[in-house]
Amino acid sequence: MQIYLPIAEVSVNAFLLLGLGGIVGILSGMFGVGGGFLMTPLLFFIGIPPAVAVATEANQIVASSFSGVLAHFKRKTVDLRMGTVLLIGGLIGAALGVYVFNILKAQGQVDLLVKLCYVVFLGVIGGLMFFESLNAIRNVKKGKAPKRKKHNWIHGLPFKMRFRVSGLYISVIPPLIVGVAVGVLAAIMGVGGGFIMVPAMIYLLGMPTKVVVGTSLFQIIFVTAFTTMLHATTNYTVDIVLAVLLLVGGVVGAQIGTRIGVKMKAEQLRILLAIMVLAVCGKLALELLLQPAELYSIAAGGH
Amino acid sequence: MRRLLLALALCLGASSSTAEEVVLGLSSDTVSINTNFDGSEILIFGAVKRDAPFPADPQMHVIVTVSGPSEPAVVRRKEKKFGIWVNTDSVEIDSAPSFYAVSTSTMLGMSLSETEDVRHKISIPRAIRSVDAPDNITDSETFTDALIRIKTASEQYQLNEGTVSVDEQTLFRTSIDLPAALTEGDYETRIFLTRAGAVVAQYETSIYVRKVGMERWLFTLSREQSFLYGLMSLAIAIFAGWGASAIFGLLRR
Repeated sequence: MQIYLPIAEVSVNAFLLLGLGGIVGILSGMFGVGGGFLMTPLLFFIGIPPAVAVATEANQIVASSFSGVLAHFKRKTVDLRMGTVLLIGGLIGAALGVYVFNILKAQGQVDLLVKLCYVVFLGVIGGLMFFESLNAIRNVKKGKAPKRKKHNWIHGLPFKMRFRVSGLYISVIPPLIVGVAVGVLAAIMGVGGGFIMVPAMIYLLGMPTKVVVGTSLFQIIFVTAFTTMLHATTNYTVDIVLAVLLLVGGVVGAQIGTRIGVKMKAEQLRILLAIMVLAVCGKLALELLLQPAELYSIAAGGH
Repeated sequence: MRRLLLALALCLGASSSTAEEVVLGLSSDTVSINTNFDGSEILIFGAVKRDAPFPADPQMHVIVTVSGPSEPAVVRRKEKKFGIWVNTDSVEIDSAPSFYAVSTSTMLGMSLSETEDVRHKISIPRAIRSVDAPDNITDSETFTDALIRIKTASEQYQLNEGTVSVDEQTLFRTSIDLPAALTEGDYETRIFLTRAGAVVAQYETSIYVRKVGMERWLFTLSREQSFLYGLMSLAIAIFAGWGASAIFGLLRR
């Protein structure tokens, strides 16, 4: 069934969009990532103009994150206090990121920078997570207890706060810095930032994996809602029909994903996320390295 | 007698375009884009009205062009630098139609001379206006070629040679396929009659492509009440997220 999208001005297959939304929704519920880094390239591929894809994707992530976070609230796996601290950092970072993005845009080559950013970050994060979770799985098999709550310099910082749900008593400075850093990257790369936030919460802040997913979804809702409003009012690129098609699949997928995630072991969850991150990284790296079929591309505009 | 001579003089002196005139019909002069719009076909037909019997030779040919709203575009070229493919050179195209179709009754090269093409901007390369290429780019025409190649692959640009049927040198008709990815606007439709490569008569009209119903309403809302539109998008997202959670909660019980 073909549907004409009023803002994107293209006609697309409705069932294809429902399916795409569903798959990304499952991943979103399982791993606490928004899924923007997967969905946006997929939308480009089926012919949605990039500006519309990025803006509409933000709106869809609001829906699937909200659906996912409700399921996590029921299980009490959302650290609201930590989420709020990260969110404050995230919004500051997003504002900074938009500023940096505009400077880079004026100098051209912003596409290349975004792609290189993706490849480097996805590669490093994915690689580190992959080997760490592999070791964790080996240790579990050997019967060694996983060591948690290592004491390091992070615990010596001032402004300590108790995060009961995460079982942490740490300074608010590291989560704020993580929030700002993710916010900057998210604004530059045009995604919610879950795939950077989740590993940062696990490895830098030492939060338990189960709490990380819910907390990440909680803060993604606000960041993407902010982005949606920004795009809708300045660029007019949010396509509500496209968003509805994607989010119907997305919210159902998120519910299923959350249930799958709960049944899995933390190490398995982490290694799957690592594999997925590495796969996206590999695809982007190939795009940069292999000769494209069409060397020329058309962009709207001019002066 | 004087009057007859004057008429004769007018016939000889004035351009022959007054002798032949196009009378046109369209299957529809508006194309409505609704939710299940999946491309459209427009039938263009007409007749040639003449003051005098038509000359048998040279033969008359018909060219029909349909052109969507024009907009500027940037064409970029990738090059391998430091082992990766990056955009390097770019050329600004001043104006390129979003859609352009040329239909002819015979091969375009046979029915139209080069000079007439330049004057009336009929063929696809002529319909694109590109004035200034940067000094460092010597092969700016390869960028225009690339634009045509990409747009032709997506059926935004069409050259349909021999698809206009002409009966008795008087009646002509053709149909043009509009793709599903169609932008709004006035689609300028031109009909040219040619003899021996020269345009002897021409006619212009417009086909209006408009969004209707829900498409129209959403599009207008997004431009004129963008804040409200954004809030509405968010409300739908939150409601859908809550709805799915509630339904799944019920299913588990």
